[in-house]
Amino acid sequence: MIRRWLPYLLISLWGLAAIAGPWVTESANLIDLEKILQTPTLSGLLGYDDLGRSVLMRLLAGAQTSFLVAVGVVGLSAIVGTAIGLFAGYHGGWLDLVLVRVIDVFLAFPGILLAIALAGVMGPGIDNLIIALSAVGWVGYARLSRGQVLSLRNRDHVTAAIALGSSQWTILTKHLLPLLLAPLIVEATFGVAGMVIAEAGLSFLGLGVQPPHASWGSMIRDGASYMLMAPHMVLAPGVTIMLVVLSLNLLGDRLRDYLDIRLGY
Amino acid sequence: MGGFILTRLLSALLVMLGVVCLVFMLIHLVPGDPVDVMLGESAIAADRQALRTSLGLDQPLAVQLTDYLKGIAVLDLGDSLHARQPVSSLLASRIPATLELAFAALVITLLIALPLGILAAVNRGGVADLGAMGFSMLGLSIPNFWLGPMLILCFSLWLGWTPVSGRDGLSSLILPALTLGTAFAAILARMVRSSLLEVLGEDFIRTARAKGLDEGSVIWRHAMGNAWLPVITLLGLQLGALLGGAVVTEVVFDWPGIGSLMIESIQKRDYPVVQGCVLFISLAYVVVNTLTDILYGLVDPRIRSGGGR
Repeated sequence: MIRRWLPYLLISLWGLAAIAGPWVTESANLIDLEKILQTPTLSGLLGYDDLGRSVLMRLLAGAQTSFLVAVGVVGLSAIVGTAIGLFAGYHGGWLDLVLVRVIDVFLAFPGILLAIALAGVMGPGIDNLIIALSAVGWVGYARLSRGQVLSLRNRDHVTAAIALGSSQWTILTKHLLPLLLAPLIVEATFGVAGMVIAEAGLSFLGLGVQPPHASWGSMIRDGASYMLMAPHMVLAPGVTIMLVVLSLNLLGDRLRDYLDIRLGY
Repeated sequence: MGGFILTRLLSALLVMLGVVCLVFMLIHLVPGDPVDVMLGESAIAADRQALRTSLGLDQPLAVQLTDYLKGIAVLDLGDSLHARQPVSSLLASRIPATLELAFAALVITLLIALPLGILAAVNRGGVADLGAMGFSMLGLSIPNFWLGPMLILCFSLWLGWTPVSGRDGLSSLILPALTLGTAFAAILARMVRSSLLEVLGEDFIRTARAKGLDEGSVIWRHAMGNAWLPVITLLGLQLGALLGGAVVTEVVFDWPGIGSLMIESIQKRDYPVVQGCVLFISLAYVVVNTLTDILYGLVDPRIRSGGGR
């Protein structure tokens, strides 16, 4: 029973913390010099960091950052990528040929490397972070939707729609897109999990949101210098990231089984 | 057969060209004037002009790209702005450390993933399966920039078994390799499991069992032999991804490889070096992937005939 509901509970908590974010920003940045590096107690649940700020409050503020970036990036790259993949896959011809080449080039960069380079060159900040991750993220959705459209466009109902004189817009949005939604939802769920790690990773490298704004990644980086004296500074954000990502991955697995989807890898 | 290899090589070449163009464009994404950003506002006009000329930024874009391509053909990636030496020699001094880390991580990946995957497949639905897949799910969800510090805390600070950071012999290699390898082991273990399960459902396995072979040789001689292919492909893909994932791990452990060079250069706004690092890792990735593709084709005739991906 717990195993079944835990992922939903944790993801909801993450979302709620993100919504509560703006109200805790002030207390997350509140410096109390007397509480520097204080370990967890009953009154200060998760302890305090090297500047005497509440780790719990910073976790909540960091939830906002990670939610905003992960959902923003996946939303942006899913919309752009799907639109490109749909269009190119349906049209075929030189357009499709060019797209396949472009996708190949983007996939030639291992994982997060291109995002690190882009964020590093454009400079830190949450908007550049979202742009850098989206510039890398759209490729997966374009590849997925293109592949699906290739196998769907010769179906009878599409042929019928063409024969009835439906516009291309209608065919793409009414006859093809709904059939793509299930695999896209699964891909996007895993995508959000990946982006939570990516955002924290870039912030860990100092390329994400800048101080005093909180990010789980920068909390781990700051805490790493005080590990012996105050292990809670690293433990709290790390366990939080792990739980959120684990929940999202479990949700993705469940959705995949439920929607009966075999992604091509 | 020759045709198959040629097609693969040609398409790899095309991809590499695209990668070079994209990396070339990086410096043009610097907000404002890259020269201002690199030298700072206070630099004198003559220095600015000198840097602009040496980077070729005063030339038309097409000329810059041609020059960049020409440079790469003779391994000239420009000069570092801070170290006052060619980017290529900076890279060369860091490559061995990154390769060492990637291979060690690959070995650890195999050491964890193979037993785990096989154990899970053989005991499908049992406690071992549940445990192995639970571990794999956990491994996928732990970010390496957290696992690294945690391992340092346990094994370096508390137990004192390994150095905290740096590259000094085998003992300093274990923790970074473990950090880098865990996530990949998690993915690979799932792959080994599903690939082995698929084979175990085939008729020839039933035949092997029916003729009275013991379970050990059914698994090792008959099933694993056929389960290797998808595993090897994934491994090839991962060796490249390891090189990319190494960036964060290298920073955590202060490992003197390409990844930490890249982050150092980003902090110093030494963009030619950043370009060089991205270029090296991506090109290495393309080469490894192409080799895997070709190898796969050599081993399995079904791929050659165009079934492809």
